[in-house]
Amino acid sequence: MAISETDTRGQAGLDAETLRALYRHMLRSRLLDERLWALNRQGRAPFWISGMGHEAVQVAFGMNLRPGYDWVAPYYRDLGLTLVLGMTPKDHLLSALARADDPNSGGRQMPAHYGCHRLNIITTGSPVGTQLLHAAGAALAARMRGEDSVAFTSMGEGGSSEGDFHEALNFAAIHKLAVVFVVENNGFAISVPWDKQMPTPDVADRAQAYGIPGVVVDGEDPMACFRVARDTIARARSGEGPVLVEAKVLRLTSHSSDDDQRRYRSAEVLEAEKLRDCLSRFRVTLEELGVLSAGDADEMRAELVLELDRATDEAEAAALPEPESALRHVLADGDGT
Amino acid sequence: MPTKTYLEAIRDGIREEMQRDERVMILGEDVGAKGGVFGVTDGLQKEFGEWRVLDSPLAESCIVGVAIGAALNGMRPIAEIQFQDFILPAVDQIVSEAAKFRYRSNNDWNVPMVVRAPFGGGVHGALYHSQSIEAIFCHIPGLRVVVPSTPYDAKGMIVAALRDPDPVMYFEHKRAYRAVKGEVPDGEYTVPLDRAAVVREGADIAVFTYGMMVHTVLNAAERLVPDGFECEVVDLRALRPLDHDAIVASARKCGKVLIVQEANLAVSVSSEVAAIIAQDCFEHLDAPVMRLGGPEIPAMPFSPPLEQFYLVTPDKVETSLRELAAY
Ligand SMILES: Cc1ncc(C[n+]2csc(CCOP(=O)(O)OP(=O)(O)O)c2C)c(N)n1
Repeated sequence: MAISETDTRGQAGLDAETLRALYRHMLRSRLLDERLWALNRQGRAPFWISGMGHEAVQVAFGMNLRPGYDWVAPYYRDLGLTLVLGMTPKDHLLSALARADDPNSGGRQMPAHYGCHRLNIITTGSPVGTQLLHAAGAALAARMRGEDSVAFTSMGEGGSSEGDFHEALNFAAIHKLAVVFVVENNGFAISVPWDKQMPTPDVADRAQAYGIPGVVVDGEDPMACFRVARDTIARARSGEGPVLVEAKVLRLTSHSSDDDQRRYRSAEVLEAEKLRDCLSRFRVTLEELGVLSAGDADEMRAELVLELDRATDEAEAAALPEPESALRHVLADGDGT
Repeated sequence: MPTKTYLEAIRDGIREEMQRDERVMILGEDVGAKGGVFGVTDGLQKEFGEWRVLDSPLAESCIVGVAIGAALNGMRPIAEIQFQDFILPAVDQIVSEAAKFRYRSNNDWNVPMVVRAPFGGGVHGALYHSQSIEAIFCHIPGLRVVVPSTPYDAKGMIVAALRDPDPVMYFEHKRAYRAVKGEVPDGEYTVPLDRAAVVREGADIAVFTYGMMVHTVLNAAERLVPDGFECEVVDLRALRPLDHDAIVASARKCGKVLIVQEANLAVSVSSEVAAIIAQDCFEHLDAPVMRLGGPEIPAMPFSPPLEQFYLVTPDKVETSLRELAAY
């Protein structure tokens, strides 16, 4: 059976500094996300696909990974994760605006296709689920060299229907590889609800078939997520093998800037979900706990907006790629053959 | 120089590179204790251990996807697919992932991985153990596709493939494994992954081919010698990228061209070679470009007369060559 972590409340043994960092990372991701939507709606960025509502789990895992040492095979909603690991708002603004200096892809891929070699963030493509096997392979290599790095990989619950999901869990479990599989279950794959995606509500139950732990966590509870991230990453690092974590999250936006979820979801439900937003609730919790005092959150926001404004200006001023540069980097020689 | 089979030459190349470079590893079905269903990896697990010669689950996407991840994290993996016919579940990992890593990351990431697979028929393998579907991969920028036809090239090209920084599809004709023998030097050498080889010189008809068909064509070419026709036989070896200059040079030199392959012809390697010649050798041609290959049926059937009907034989090549000679 999956171990349920949904009831976690309180500070989960976290000190105030960690909690403030959690909140700040989440807020930073949210503000950037909102900026990217705005740029899209203003016609300045052709596409955006959001992580809003997923921030808690992403930030929790990001804070427990060792950037540049651990391996990360993310998916397109993991904006918050990449920021915690060391990518910057400017990096992703350059990507959304398709600029030559976009570190993810030099303006070649749609935004939210993350990648950064320096941070061991493996370049991601669009096919759902393929990245899980790359994480398993990176963990295999680490295992062969006797290193204690951990490979993190994530997907939506829709992605867990792909064959590569099974193949990756199976392989990682056979060899007890240090892979942490995280399903960010927001209940929808574009418009398809979870009960048309799978016969049982918890993806984590499938862990049993591979003889590994399956953990369900309330992905809207940053402290619960942090604890699960800390424990599962530590477990994997200590050589006890892979873990399957399922974070139940909300998708606070349409699937992408090309989707309108009002076509397949009721207005009442969407309204109710807005009120459940993990970020605003976390702020209230931290203020109640006295971790944030009155004005702290607003101060943080002002400081982050400043960073974001500067990053936006710089990204908009950055050059587009030269047309002929499209021919480069097919093979090592870059000759286009 | 020692004489080896094609199969032994591949194994020698792998073994020697594994001795020199501890990043080299093999992942595939039955590659360990059994040494592969054809015996290519025989003895390697004993020598290099269970991690470096790793029996994978029966899951082709897993084999290639894991090899990609291992390559990203410093290994030089060989992903062995038991038969080329069964590579299709791995096509997403090969085409959508490995082939695009360098490009989509703007040169930030690359995948130094070799995918090996036996292909080709004439072994009573029927529909799913005889196919030649290399053309699928020849269409894909970001991949190298090679097919050695001799033991010398088989060894030199597997070593070169393992040192190449990009994904290399290395296809082995399964009938060549034991049927083709040749001289193979001991020790280290490489054969380039982007050069064709003129394996027989002549000035009358240029024949472009690869894999087991090289031997079929060489056999047929001798039959025309008594009649005064000398064929130039070009072993393409590199199917992507093709050796454009070598193709153009031999086509211009001879003025008559035959392209031979085991696969069916539509949208194939022969199509691309013919297109290159049509574009760049038009004024040098003395006859229409001729192609010989498998028929447009799904795959090679089992029953011997059906299988023989499918295969390109020396007789069929001879007939085409005589037709061209008379043109
Ligand atoms: C193999 C593949 N099929 C289809 C798509 C198109 N597509 C992109 S995202 C998506 C839904 C994914 O849903 P889920 O995995 O639950 O993640 P979420 O977007 O909800 O976070 C689909 C169908 C794709 N990118 N890849």
